[in-house]
Amino acid sequence: MSLPSPRYIPHTEDDVRLMLAAIGVTDLDALFASVPEKLRLARALAIPQVASEQEVAAELAALAARNVNAGSHDWFLGAGIYSHYAPTAIDALISRAEFTTAYTPYQPEISQGTLQTIFEWQTMICGLTGLEVSNASLYDGASATAEAVLMAMRLARRHKVVVAHGLHPHYGEVLASYVRALDAEIVAAPRAADGRTAPVDALVDDETACVVVQQPSFLGPVQDLAAIGAAAHARGALFVVVVNEALSLGLLRAPGDLGADIVCGEAQSFGVPMSFGGPALGFLATRDRHVRQMPGRLCGETVDSRGKRGFVLTLSTREQHIRREKATSNICTNQGLCLLIATVYLSLLGRVGLAKLARLNFAKAEYMKQQVRQTSGLGLPLPAPTFNEFVVSVPDAPAALARALDAGIVGGLDLAPYAPELGSSLLVCATELSTRDAIDRLIAALAGRTS
Amino acid sequence: MSSERGRDAGPERIGNATYGLSWEEPLLFERSRPGRVGYSIPEADVPLAEPESVFEAGFLRDDLPALPELSEVDVVRHFTRISTWNAAVDLALYPLGSCTMKYNPKINEWAARLPGFASIHPLQPAGTAQGVLELCWRLEQALAEISGMDRVSMQPAAGAQGELTGIMMVRAYHEHRGDARNIVLVPDSAHGTNPASAALNDYRVVTIPSGRDGILHPEAVAKVMTPDVAALMVTNPNTLGLFETHIAEICDIVHAHGGLVYGDGANLNALLGIARPGDLGIDVMHFNLHKTFSTPHGGGGPGSGPVGVKNILAPYLPVPMVRKRAGSEGEGFALDYEFPHSIGRVHANFGNVGMLVRAWAYLRSLGPEGLRLCAEMAVLNANYLLARLRGAWHVPIDRPVMHECVLSDKQLEPFGITTLDVAKRLIDYGYHPPTVYFPLIVHGSIMIEPTESESLEGLDRFADAMLAIAEEARSDPEHVRTAPHRTRLARLDETRAARHPVLRWQPES
Ligand SMILES: Cc1ncc(COP(=O)(O)O)c(C=O)c1O
Repeated sequence: MSLPSPRYIPHTEDDVRLMLAAIGVTDLDALFASVPEKLRLARALAIPQVASEQEVAAELAALAARNVNAGSHDWFLGAGIYSHYAPTAIDALISRAEFTTAYTPYQPEISQGTLQTIFEWQTMICGLTGLEVSNASLYDGASATAEAVLMAMRLARRHKVVVAHGLHPHYGEVLASYVRALDAEIVAAPRAADGRTAPVDALVDDETACVVVQQPSFLGPVQDLAAIGAAAHARGALFVVVVNEALSLGLLRAPGDLGADIVCGEAQSFGVPMSFGGPALGFLATRDRHVRQMPGRLCGETVDSRGKRGFVLTLSTREQHIRREKATSNICTNQGLCLLIATVYLSLLGRVGLAKLARLNFAKAEYMKQQVRQTSGLGLPLPAPTFNEFVVSVPDAPAALARALDAGIVGGLDLAPYAPELGSSLLVCATELSTRDAIDRLIAALAGRTS
Repeated sequence: MSSERGRDAGPERIGNATYGLSWEEPLLFERSRPGRVGYSIPEADVPLAEPESVFEAGFLRDDLPALPELSEVDVVRHFTRISTWNAAVDLALYPLGSCTMKYNPKINEWAARLPGFASIHPLQPAGTAQGVLELCWRLEQALAEISGMDRVSMQPAAGAQGELTGIMMVRAYHEHRGDARNIVLVPDSAHGTNPASAALNDYRVVTIPSGRDGILHPEAVAKVMTPDVAALMVTNPNTLGLFETHIAEICDIVHAHGGLVYGDGANLNALLGIARPGDLGIDVMHFNLHKTFSTPHGGGGPGSGPVGVKNILAPYLPVPMVRKRAGSEGEGFALDYEFPHSIGRVHANFGNVGMLVRAWAYLRSLGPEGLRLCAEMAVLNANYLLARLRGAWHVPIDRPVMHECVLSDKQLEPFGITTLDVAKRLIDYGYHPPTVYFPLIVHGSIMIEPTESESLEGLDRFADAMLAIAEEARSDPEHVRTAPHRTRLARLDETRAARHPVLRWQPES
């Protein structure tokens, strides 16, 4: 017997012989006797041959080197995934194998580290959104939005969904996929001239389960949540607020304080690497009275048999492993480690730091807007106030982005596929990582000047 | 204490862990002190615009967000301390059945953190992301080859989302043919996500009973197979760790009635290089990269659940896919939206790409022979454990198993000991318990999946612990019933948590 010996598998040939004897079979093949001969693969898999660790490292480094990244370039592209600074303590902590190599905390006595983190995360999300109960994460902002809509449809027992203007277009596509099999009607509100959504009042009726609005809008404008919420509630519909630049929660009024019944979205901004858009961090929070219709895991406080405080997964009668086809969602594995990242991030930033950082992001974007206003050829087509992201009109968006790239800058998103009615324009985002110098160079590149 | 320790002779002698200091740690909010700072934000190099001068009244927070105030030292101590309260694969065998808690290689972590993977954006131009697109493309080729599928979408973020996506494609396929169907068949041994994913697609779920031998029988499928059945969802090996021996015949029956077969790939580890779902008749399946392909479970995620399809379902795949350019287009990789009947997106971007990087590093590190060895050693380990435990433990369906084995608490019933007690007692011996009370078709099931990562000595130590517990159940049932005894917290009151939900911290008023 001659076995390959990958370093992840501890068996020696002697071990294998001994174990086969204990089982009472003569060779490894005999272990697969229940697989009919004709169903077995009679050849080796045609995948690349094994490589040594050093070769694998070199190969992956070479692949990585072919991606322009926020380490190599100045970065003004956001649109749902944001380039923020992540304090170094985060990676040190989340790399602890006790967190990384554990699974869902089904056995609380041996999973309190994960459980306490979830409880802390839930508390923080409640504080930031102004709501009363948060789950332990969903896949990403898009599926969180779809889950929020499904939840609202169950709660309201209605089938119509009004989507205010400015929902991330990919979230809209995911929502459409999730409700396609259901008897749901999605109605989209148009945009007003200032960039916010047009009033939704006329679209909401007694069949409307919920009104969904993204804050800030995909195009940047901060929406008038109070007005939209009032329109929803006037007809007994739920008010769902989607946030995908979570840092905005450090500056803007908590959606829960403005009438939101469900707040969901993407918390990648809280220290989670961009990673080409995933793993990200979907979240969902609501009011206590809706908790039984929530999707996803929930962690609750309890005591042990000696009366000491501890935490457990709870209210699982909502979930697939108990309720099967009657569950509120099919989610099982979620985004646990990303939730840990965000919890560490928020505990480092704290109440003062998060507000400060949000204001700094706002200031960077305002400076950038100021530069746009002063540059001929560039314009700000949507006047409504924004947080850290906004639309710039440029004469030739693709050429402008190409000039920026030549100058070492990823300059934003060409809006042609997303908002063609705006003409040639870009969605640009400034964060704490955008230095004044980089902003000036971006403006120069967009304007076609050499700075 | 000394008498407790006397009663804990088992864990003292056999165990995987011993007494030690364990740390206390309050909640972050309880550690908070006004004025503590854990951040360092650069001085503004632009004028500090006042949001108050830009926004109308009522748009801005009039308070600070409700977060704690802590120094970096506080935060580091806090999370380091609470991390020590977790069991983990890097500490010991974590035999959670159906979850494939195999070793998570360190080079995978290193690779995913390279700025060229970690700091890239899903909407940057494809021309600036050729490395990651090539990786996705290569991984798709490899997963297709391993599974016998034709195409694989990387979008689903976990297994359950892969199921949802797969069943969406099943629905789109039938609808496109004008063939309205409203039923999905699910065996009674299936994981809860299967019926839940079917129901989310508005299918009625019809449960098929497993045979007494724990597997599906063609007659049972034929009996419920009607023109209303859109698909059968099967897990192979199934959740009892048994290969579905009649799978080919079952697929033929479903196909003959115009239905499709969905494969839950959670247990693919047992089949790597041995057999391919596509060759067995499966039309669409998901992979759990966090199980079979070694990406870490992260305390509950993130996972990754790519979904593979045969060509008949390819037109319905989520978009975008990654395509290798050809001919006059030049070299490299592009995003491909040309799927005329696509179900649309299921993820805002491309799925959990960071996990794809890790899975690719794993595939490269193992190669075809290494992958097959995973399956062989995983199956060897499960059968070895079964051989050591049979007799002292009730084996409800005693047949040679694949990657996991299922026991029950039946023999302990006379002593008033349940599976839950056994799980808690195993903690005293230094093990994360196996999956318990699943699959549902075995009363008091204990589902053990050792994976290929465990050595012979490690398995022997675990088997000794299981045998010692079976003995303790007779000799000192009270001690087992009140376990765990050696953890920082004793058994937690889950009923109380559900009756009086406290789901966030609130300051005492
Ligand atoms: C058999 C089976 N199917 C499906 C799933 C769901 O996979 P995931 O948790 O990745 O969503 C699991 C995992 O827990 C499983 O064990």
